[in-house]
Parts: sequence; structure tokens; C-alpha cells
Amino acid sequence: MGELLTWVVWMIAATACVVTGVRVVIATSPFSSALSLIGNLASLAVLYLLASGEFVAAAQVLVYAGAVMVMFLFVIAYLGGHADAPFAAHRVAQLSAVVAALAVLAVTLVAVLLDAGGHLSDERDVTRSFGSPAEIGRLFLTDHLLAFEITSIVLLVAAVGGVVLGTRARAEDEADAASDRAEAPA
Amino acid sequence: MTGPGIPWYLAVAAVLFSTGVTGVLLRRSPLIVLLSLELMLNGANLALVGFSRLWGELDGQVFALAVMAVAAAEVCVGLGLIVAMSRRKLELDVDSFTELRG
Repeated sequence: MGELLTWVVWMIAATACVVTGVRVVIATSPFSSALSLIGNLASLAVLYLLASGEFVAAAQVLVYAGAVMVMFLFVIAYLGGHADAPFAAHRVAQLSAVVAALAVLAVTLVAVLLDAGGHLSDERDVTRSFGSPAEIGRLFLTDHLLAFEITSIVLLVAAVGGVVLGTRARAEDEADAASDRAEAPA
Repeated sequence: MTGPGIPWYLAVAAVLFSTGVTGVLLRRSPLIVLLSLELMLNGANLALVGFSRLWGELDGQVFALAVMAVAAAEVCVGLGLIVAMSRRKLELDVDSFTELRG
């Protein structure tokens, strides 16, 4: 019973994941594209849960579907109709894009379906605490302390970069407006 | 482990990644390109979590969390660039940006 239920939930989540993923790429309005990505992230969180990644699933919903996507939606709303853009200009570009993606897909799927020489089918047994916040926190503060600290610096630099980009654009805006006003009487 | 084995997870991860590749190569709006990049990162994340479960080691999940943080940083800078572009009244089309100082 548990086995069947897991399969059903997994199949629903995986189907939702692929469908919303395709919708992100083919949707014409960026708004529905972003909404599809939120659905994609949510269904991915279900897959993480089924692979015993409880903390990653929670972080996915909170950080990604929550914070990052809200930022996306704000910017899309700010840009308004500006953000719309059709597909690539040339037929050749479109065709080569699809061919490149299919090549990536084919290579990975062949590797996966051949079971990578039989290494993919025997999962190790894990304890119940596998993927829990306590275990992940312990790893972050012991084995991966350097990565943890570097991540915080990366986020700090990105935040400063975002502010600098925003203020510089605003300064140029105001300079433009001032020069417009100076030119207007003449 | 009940339910599908790791190859199933990896297959979904591969499909997601190549969908993202298509989006990055196919779309011209920098916003959609960013969204497709997120798809690629999430495909990689799913593979990381799947492999983490396969080996019974949590390092893969820790790496997936680090990828999430990097993705957040990338979105922050990317959206900042897009907003700056639209404030300078540049056309939002990745094909039209061919020089760094245009």
C-alpha cells in the first residue's frame, strides 16, 4: 500500500514538474511563465521529500517559491508589457536550440537508462534523521563551514550589487530628467 | 526505499535541465532566460538530492542548498540588470546586446 501510494504521488509530482517546466519556456507572457515556475518548484519540493530531503524541500518552498519568485513577480509587474518578447528571431536559431537541448537530454537519459553500469539501483539504507535540519546544520557547521561562510559573502556581494545597479540607474534617470528640463525652455 | 528508484529522479532531472537549455537558447526576453536558468539549476539540484539519497550521504543535499543560495544571488544581480536596462529605455531583447558598452 505504501509502495503504491509513493509511486502515485511521485508520478503526479514528476508529471506536474515536467509540464510546468515546459510551460515556463513556451508561455508567451512572463507572468504565466513565472507562475509556472512556482508550480515547478512546488512539485520539485514533493520529489525532494520522497527522496528524504526534508530540509531541502522546506528551504525550496520558503526561499525559492517564496522569496526569489516574489522578487521575480515584482520586477515583471514593474516592467509591465515591456517584458514580453517572442521567441528567437531566426528559424535556424530555434532549430539549433531544440537540437542542442535534445542532445543534452539524449546523453543523460542514455546514461541513466543504462543504469550507469549498475551503480544506480542499490540505494544505501538511511536512518530516519537523514535530511533533517539537525543533520544538515551539523554538516554546515563542521565539514562544510567554509562553503557556508563563502555562501554568506556571495549573498552579501549580490545584495550590494543589486543596490548599486539600482541607484546608478536612478542617478542616470535623474540626470536625463534634469537635462530634459534644461533643454525645454530653449 | 519505497517508490521509484534513483534513475527515475535522474530522468526527471535530465528533462528539466534540457527544458531549461531550450528556454535559454530559444527565448529573447532576459526575464524568461533567467527563469529558464532557474529550471536548469533545479534540474541539477534534483540530481544532487537523488545522488545524495543513493549514497546515503548528506553532502549532496548541502551542495543543493548552496546552489539555492547562489541562485538567489544570481537572480538578485540579474533582475537588477534587467531593471537598469529598462530604466535606460533599452529594448529588453538578449539578441540586441552585442557589445558590453553599447
